[in-house]
Amino acid sequence: MSVAFSETGRAEFERLLTRYPDRKAVILPALHLAQKEFGYVSDEAIVYIAGLVGTSPADIEGVASFYTMYNRKPVGKYHVQICRNISCSLLGAEHLIEHVTGKLGVNPGGTTPDGKFTLSQVECLGSCGTAPVMQVNDEYHENLTVESIDRILDQLP
Amino acid sequence: METVLTTHFANERYRRLETYRQYGGYEALKKAFAMDPGQIIDEVKKANLRGRGGAGFPAGVKWGFLPKDLSRPRALVVNADEGEPGTFKDRLIMTRGPHLLIEGIVISSFALRAYACWIYIRGEFVREARIMDEAIAEAYAAGLLGKNILGSGFDLDVTVHRGAGAYICGEETSLINSLEGKRGWPRLKPPFPASVGAFGLPTIVNNVETIADIPWIVTHGGETFAALGVEKNGGTRLIGVSGAVNRPGVYELSAGVNLKEIIYHHAGGIKDGKALKAVIPGGSSTPVLRPDEINVAYDIESMGKIGTMAGSGGVIVIPEGTCMVRALSVLMNFYAHESCGQCTPCREGTGWLKRIVGRIEAGKGRKGDVELILDLCDNMMGRTICPLSEAAVMPAQSFIWKFREEFDRHIGEQKCPYGNRF
Ligand SMILES: Cc1cc2nc3c(=O)[nH]c(=O)nc-3n(C[C@H](O)[C@H](O)[C@H](O)COP(=O)(O)O)c2cc1C
Ligand code: SF4
Ligand code: FES
Repeated sequence: MSVAFSETGRAEFERLLTRYPDRKAVILPALHLAQKEFGYVSDEAIVYIAGLVGTSPADIEGVASFYTMYNRKPVGKYHVQICRNISCSLLGAEHLIEHVTGKLGVNPGGTTPDGKFTLSQVECLGSCGTAPVMQVNDEYHENLTVESIDRILDQLP
Repeated sequence: METVLTTHFANERYRRLETYRQYGGYEALKKAFAMDPGQIIDEVKKANLRGRGGAGFPAGVKWGFLPKDLSRPRALVVNADEGEPGTFKDRLIMTRGPHLLIEGIVISSFALRAYACWIYIRGEFVREARIMDEAIAEAYAAGLLGKNILGSGFDLDVTVHRGAGAYICGEETSLINSLEGKRGWPRLKPPFPASVGAFGLPTIVNNVETIADIPWIVTHGGETFAALGVEKNGGTRLIGVSGAVNRPGVYELSAGVNLKEIIYHHAGGIKDGKALKAVIPGGSSTPVLRPDEINVAYDIESMGKIGTMAGSGGVIVIPEGTCMVRALSVLMNFYAHESCGQCTPCREGTGWLKRIVGRIEAGKGRKGDVELILDLCDNMMGRTICPLSEAAVMPAQSFIWKFREEFDRHIGEQKCPYGNRF
């Protein structure tokens, strides 16, 4: 099944091309755009971007696989990413991860059977002064407690 | 104390161009346009401005490395990757004072004669990237970016480029590869970015905070900036304090402020009335300190004298009752995960460090494991393309040197005395 950017996505791609002296520089932003539009970076998306950029799918694949933010497989509607690095660990991140693991019934890396949540442990999110921290899709949630995590996750539609 | 960056950060509207200008924003740019580019670089040299990204290289000296001939276009790249665990200061600048960064970029680009600037921002910072994009759009609309800025004849384009989750991309040559749409593998130096950088162009890479200091330096002069700090480390620093303190956060303080004062005065002391056990003073890669070592000035030279670094300004405070083996294990997992794998000593070494520290923490440490770690560390130093390998070694060695008895106890008792918890 082939994929293609929406009209606005396509316009954004064209705009990106004007921002760099080299066409290949749009690969990272194009992969972000693909993930936003298609939900994850599928093999079809890789072929599509390769065509737009004018390089091989293997080239795009090699780049995409280097970076942790590009999901090469579908993830849940909400990607819950809890920081496990030092400042968050000092303030209870391990306990929060255990709590969410129990609450959602999935281990880090897993997705709930209804496809609503994917749970991941991630490295420092650059928000250590408001630890513990998690990112759900694009959004940061800071100064977390068990209660606030419950509230945040329970409120997601 | 006089502040350079955070003076108006409490005002939410400061991120808007109109408010920024009400506070005198973009006046430094007008002043800079009336100066000769060489004069601006001289002021930056006089300012003793040391790079705020971690290595502390003098900014003015770096700027002087660009080749003299002007036939090739030049680029400025701003490092907004903010990946070093314990560091969260550039985010504050970008969300509270995006125009401070943009004004710094225009002045720096004019001084360096760069035709374009890319801000490489970590991919997770979606909100921060959006705020920067909005501020950049305001600046274009007001003629502060684009063609013939403020009638000066100087043109500049600025673009936000989002990373995608890789700590190594904070290293400047990895960052350049990533900007070019490649895997973020660090490059062998030389050539240095100043001669062959982004898209093959002579390129200067500087941290967000370094560039955001430039407008103030132009307004008040390099010497005035220098006087805010200490002899070889001018100005203020944004110091991020995290971990077990009563008031975690970013504090703008003189570059020579006392470390103990940062923790006990500014950050309000140790949480829950506990005692202090250890401090990682400048981001996760910097050698750990014991409580009896923190009565020290935080400037680059003073920290160097006691065998550690002010690094990226991230002070991580570890309270009594913390298992140092577990803390090191968290860090070793991180470096093993983030090694790009190009160099054998780093790829294999970070993997071994993770496994050995992990097994000690799990109560399965073997006699000789501590010596094995120290041996591995020796073999990981100075043999790699980039400093990530050393960034893993510094915590490993210093944790063992300063908290050796905890490692021995884990191995001796074949269990974690702290019950495998933080
Ligand atoms: C593994 C590694 C990660 C780094 N991460 C960052 C970072 O996130 N932000 C940053 O500004 N510098 C980082 N640096 C330092 C950069 O390589 C470079 O020295 C810096 O951006 C130069 O700017 P400055 O002189 O203004 O500090 C990192 C270095 C290494 C080796
Ligand atoms: S030292 Fe490590 S991170 Fe740096 S280039 Fe070599 S393998 Fe990659
Ligand atoms: S350690 Fe969790 S945000 Fe930095």
